[in-house]
Amino acid sequence: MISRRSFCKKSLLIAGGLAIPFSSLELFDPRRLEAEKNDGKKVRWVFLVDTNKCVGCGFCVKACKTENEVPYDANVTRTWVERYVVTKDGKTHIDSPKGARDGFETTAIDIGEGKFEEIRNEDIDKAFFVPKLCNQCDNPPCVQVCPVGATYQTEDGVVLVDRKWCIGCGYCVMGCPYGVRFFHPVYHVAEKCNFCYHRISKGMKTACVDACAFGARRIGNIKDPDDPVTKIIMTERVNVLKEEYGTKPQVFYLGLTKEVR
Amino acid sequence: MVHGEAWTLKEFFVYPNEYIYWTIQIVMYPFMTGLVAGAFVLSSLYHVFGVKALKGIARFSLVFSFALLPVAMLPLMLHLQQPQRGIEVMMTPHFTSAIAAFGIVFSTYGMIVASELWFVYRKHFVETVEEIRRVPAGDRSPLTQLRYYFFSALTLGAQDIGHEALEADERAVKKLAAAGIPVACFLHGYAGFIFGSVKANALWMTPLMPVIFICSAVVSGVALCMLTYILTMEIRKVLARRKAQQYPELPSHHELKSAEAHVVTMTAKYLLMFMVAAITLELLDLIFRGYTAVKSWDILRSVIYERDFVNIFVIQYGLGNLLPFVLFLIPGLTVRRAAIGSMLVLLGVFMMRWNVVIGGQAFSSSLSGFMHYRLPIWPGTFEEAKEGLFGAVVVAVIPFCIFYVLNKVMPVFKETH
Repeated sequence: MISRRSFCKKSLLIAGGLAIPFSSLELFDPRRLEAEKNDGKKVRWVFLVDTNKCVGCGFCVKACKTENEVPYDANVTRTWVERYVVTKDGKTHIDSPKGARDGFETTAIDIGEGKFEEIRNEDIDKAFFVPKLCNQCDNPPCVQVCPVGATYQTEDGVVLVDRKWCIGCGYCVMGCPYGVRFFHPVYHVAEKCNFCYHRISKGMKTACVDACAFGARRIGNIKDPDDPVTKIIMTERVNVLKEEYGTKPQVFYLGLTKEVR
Repeated sequence: MVHGEAWTLKEFFVYPNEYIYWTIQIVMYPFMTGLVAGAFVLSSLYHVFGVKALKGIARFSLVFSFALLPVAMLPLMLHLQQPQRGIEVMMTPHFTSAIAAFGIVFSTYGMIVASELWFVYRKHFVETVEEIRRVPAGDRSPLTQLRYYFFSALTLGAQDIGHEALEADERAVKKLAAAGIPVACFLHGYAGFIFGSVKANALWMTPLMPVIFICSAVVSGVALCMLTYILTMEIRKVLARRKAQQYPELPSHHELKSAEAHVVTMTAKYLLMFMVAAITLELLDLIFRGYTAVKSWDILRSVIYERDFVNIFVIQYGLGNLLPFVLFLIPGLTVRRAAIGSMLVLLGVFMMRWNVVIGGQAFSSSLSGFMHYRLPIWPGTFEEAKEGLFGAVVVAVIPFCIFYVLNKVMPVFKETH
């Protein structure tokens, strides 16, 4: 005859004993294991800009405006090219007339409101071009501050704007340290570079990458170890813009110097 | 044309997409919420802390705070690019955003002020209903009948104005006013947080911002209540003189004058206290920035000490803080001097908002260029009307219109309890 006490003891023992093999099913779920190893995502889009190769032709800006229907003559752009001229007196002169849509047609530096500053060739220490676009940050301040969630980050890391939901408050424009956001002159909602999401999600390159004849712009998948862009980022000395804001930018630069803003 | 291009002048290197996106309406927003919060705090000084001397202005500022409340939202709506979707902030808030809490904070505060007003004015509503009830139903004009229905509805069926019921009302007012102070401060401190948390903006990003905003809010609210109080008392004095013979039971010209002087002197004391706190914090912020001199200080210095020098040091600190400070401190405060002083204080607080909002956009995030805001005076386009002088004046005038209407329903100068 089994006593009540031993019945309780034995049932606990059986329950506990069964729990171990059952829990192992959970422990060794291969899908979960893979997810934890590799945060479950197969794609994370990143961009690589080689400033040494950029000549400031502005083809990327033109291509972007056409591809993404940002009015050609509007003074806003999803991507742009900056020109840096460092002179012997230690000053840095920067400009980007019309976002360098038409390249840099004169050697004079655009200082705003139609004024230009001439710089003599013999005064120049160094000069170079830096293409800029949305950094598709891993910790995007624009997504954080959107009061209605109209701007969001996709699984593969690109930050998008829902044109049907944006209220046009401009908080994201203010929150972006890189100044990549603006109001679309036609739709009157926040607008930004999205790595040509409609193209990259179909296996194409972005419009600016295709337009660059010098290979200064490249797009890649950092989750793919065989991707040439990933290889460069992993093995060479790359830098990012304004790291101090904690935004974890995902546009990597080769040949970035301290003068770059 | 791109939004912002009409009023932005760029100098040196500014990123191509950067414009002054937040314009005078965003200056008006913290200014108006500041007035709301300040007016409420002033009324609470009497209701919660029993500062008897402020009794005359307490009810006045409570009604005024309620009149200002809907207007706090207006500048935000006017600056949105898609104002028809503005309601989504309340319907689908995205809570990582500082703006998303606006709906909750704003409606909580609105409900507190509305219910406090109801408890304060319940006696008046019931008395009005009873007064109309004395007239036989057949003799009432349609307007009186309408008034009857309106005020009956306002009583919400609670028509007991016995001693105990009124005491219960007063207890409720006290509790609501006490609950309202933190909510009012939150409403406004949170406006400061919206700016203070923008890490991309070197001028805005400081944890002091909410506190600075609260202090200057109380200053501006008290100043506006004092100014409006003086103005309405002056009108009442003129009316009293005119009606003295016809209605001898009304307060006389002299009674009004002494009451006014008393209230103004007392309010001025509180104004000064909050002003000292506000200026101390603002200067602390400025000194700290100069002392720590981080990367952005070079451009901030040229904005603060060169480009915006007149706006900051002459108009805001000089005309808006120092001069009224002296005016209020000279012994023998007269009503006229108090009126001028509070006008200057309002100017000072407005300029403080201006220098934060517009000043914060006076430099590029590249830290290598400047932007200048050219206020659209005469509206050429709808956008310039909305975000120019015209829009700002509309926002500034509406609370006074609402106050006029509210005063018909809840007379601020009638003795209730």
